[in-house]
Amino acid sequence: MATQEISIGDAGSKAVDGDLMSLSVGPSHPTTHGVLRLQIELDGDNVTECEPVMGYLHRGSEKIAENMTYNQFIPYTDRFDYLAPLSNNVAYALAVEQLTDIVIPERCQVIRVLVSELARISSHLLGLGVLGMDTGAWTPFMYTFTEREKLYTLFEELTGARLTTSYTRIGGVARDLPDGWLGRVNEFCNQLPKAIEDVEKLLTRNKIFIDRTQGVGVISKEDAINYGLTGPNLRASGVDLDLRKDKPYSGYENYDFDVPVGTVGDSYDRYLVRVEEIYQSIRIVKQAINNIPEGLWYSEDAKKIYPPQKGDILTSMEELIQNFMIVTEGPQIPAGEVYFQAENPKGVLGFFIVSKGGGVPYRLKVRGPSFCNLSVLPKLAKGCMMTDLTVILGSLDFVMGECDR
Amino acid sequence: MDTEQETHLLKQFEFLSKRPSADHSAYNCPADKLIEFSEHLLSKEGYDILKDVTAVDWLGEKVRFTVMYHVFSSTTYDYIRIAVDCLDNENPEVPSVVSLWAAADWHERETFDMFGIKFKNHPNLKRILMWDEYEYHPLRKDFPLAGIDCEFPGEDVADRVDVEVLSAPMMGGPFVSSCSGTSKKREPSAADQSWTEEKSK
Repeated sequence: MATQEISIGDAGSKAVDGDLMSLSVGPSHPTTHGVLRLQIELDGDNVTECEPVMGYLHRGSEKIAENMTYNQFIPYTDRFDYLAPLSNNVAYALAVEQLTDIVIPERCQVIRVLVSELARISSHLLGLGVLGMDTGAWTPFMYTFTEREKLYTLFEELTGARLTTSYTRIGGVARDLPDGWLGRVNEFCNQLPKAIEDVEKLLTRNKIFIDRTQGVGVISKEDAINYGLTGPNLRASGVDLDLRKDKPYSGYENYDFDVPVGTVGDSYDRYLVRVEEIYQSIRIVKQAINNIPEGLWYSEDAKKIYPPQKGDILTSMEELIQNFMIVTEGPQIPAGEVYFQAENPKGVLGFFIVSKGGGVPYRLKVRGPSFCNLSVLPKLAKGCMMTDLTVILGSLDFVMGECDR
Repeated sequence: MDTEQETHLLKQFEFLSKRPSADHSAYNCPADKLIEFSEHLLSKEGYDILKDVTAVDWLGEKVRFTVMYHVFSSTTYDYIRIAVDCLDNENPEVPSVVSLWAAADWHERETFDMFGIKFKNHPNLKRILMWDEYEYHPLRKDFPLAGIDCEFPGEDVADRVDVEVLSAPMMGGPFVSSCSGTSKKREPSAADQSWTEEKSK
């Protein structure tokens, strides 16, 4: 199934004695979901060594961040976890706001929660479909992609883009919700459970799927914590840790939802946790829609941070100057060091920001959840079958955009 | 974390000093005491998850590199930031915490890759994002944003296939705009213009 290539150089020399074979999977290979390369040593069909080789998508985002203003960096956050750009936008805005004393209006907070959860649904839809495909089931992928397409249409209406949303700003969001949009989101949420049930009917009790995933890639509770796993991968191993519940931000404490936790920590558990998280996200979205307050979608007192509205810029000198300063010099963020983490679909996305004041961060570190989730792979892959590796990778649900940054 | 725990920690470990922080408790810790302090945090205080290891380059200051650790407790949901100054600016080195938290493995490799900071006793300290033969550490402040042209990494490939292999030109890349000067200067352009395609670096 893998494109086989007998490696040259160092890797090849290891396999001279005995029956071991060196195999290089990727960087362009359907199993590796992006540009991950796995340098594998095989004994027959068993993996004896697996070394992930990455950096193929390294774009130096952190270096770029040090050379541009806080707002200019927002489009770059779309490109971390490009399956859920909206949650990255939200996490980044929240991280920078930790340095300031801006009070974010309630409407804005609810909008941020709403779009984060929609992003979670779209990311998990892809994750489920792809996991099905990795185990040989094509149809669920079609079902989940149909739903994801509907979501992307909603995203496009809200942000103007399907993928590169760049929706948040420091101190608010880019624009208010379009008329009637919430109604369409509600409609989407009403019909989504039916589609997920269809996918579940195809997978959850499917003998082949269960045989391929149960007991495959078991991550123990201790390992999950020790390797710094986060998100569904951590919770599938039985660790009840969700920052939305345990260290709430952006008003998550006001929502009623459950955190699904696995018991075994195998690929099947990770699948089940993701399915359940979709249902829980639907619950949160519905609560957000029902309780969305009126008001502004940006912080009014963030004078030097959030640009004034277009109408004011065109009519008032003061606002024009303010807008000019924010655009040229960047939002004025006080000096300090902060570390902020948000519970994103793939796990915990963290930003460490060192500011010396002014509009440009002195240092911005991005902690990509996929980077940490993948670090357990060498341990996980050792001793498993080559065919199981495909399932393990699919169930870890990583994305190279935020792994390589 | 509450201040009670802060005073308690500062009292128990005299080498610690409080570090200004905009959110979580932060401590400065000397490099040779890092393992002792980390062990205490892990086994006695329950900070069982290492979230992040990174560094900051304070180019031009007395201490150039500071390595930052963020540890998290899965019981109290608190973060602690540990800042470790590297005493030697030329060959920065700090002890590795891989033996305590396995998560540190890749984070320390990344910090080594990006800053050139060595982690003593790390089992497999090599580059992770850049390729092995790369000679620079890109997140250092004296590394230009536009990058530095370097040899094509797989020269052996060029020998084998007998085709001249050229690395991609580094024109373009991240664009920045300046807010002062003539309109030509204010045009968004590549940050480092000291070189062009005709005149390489």
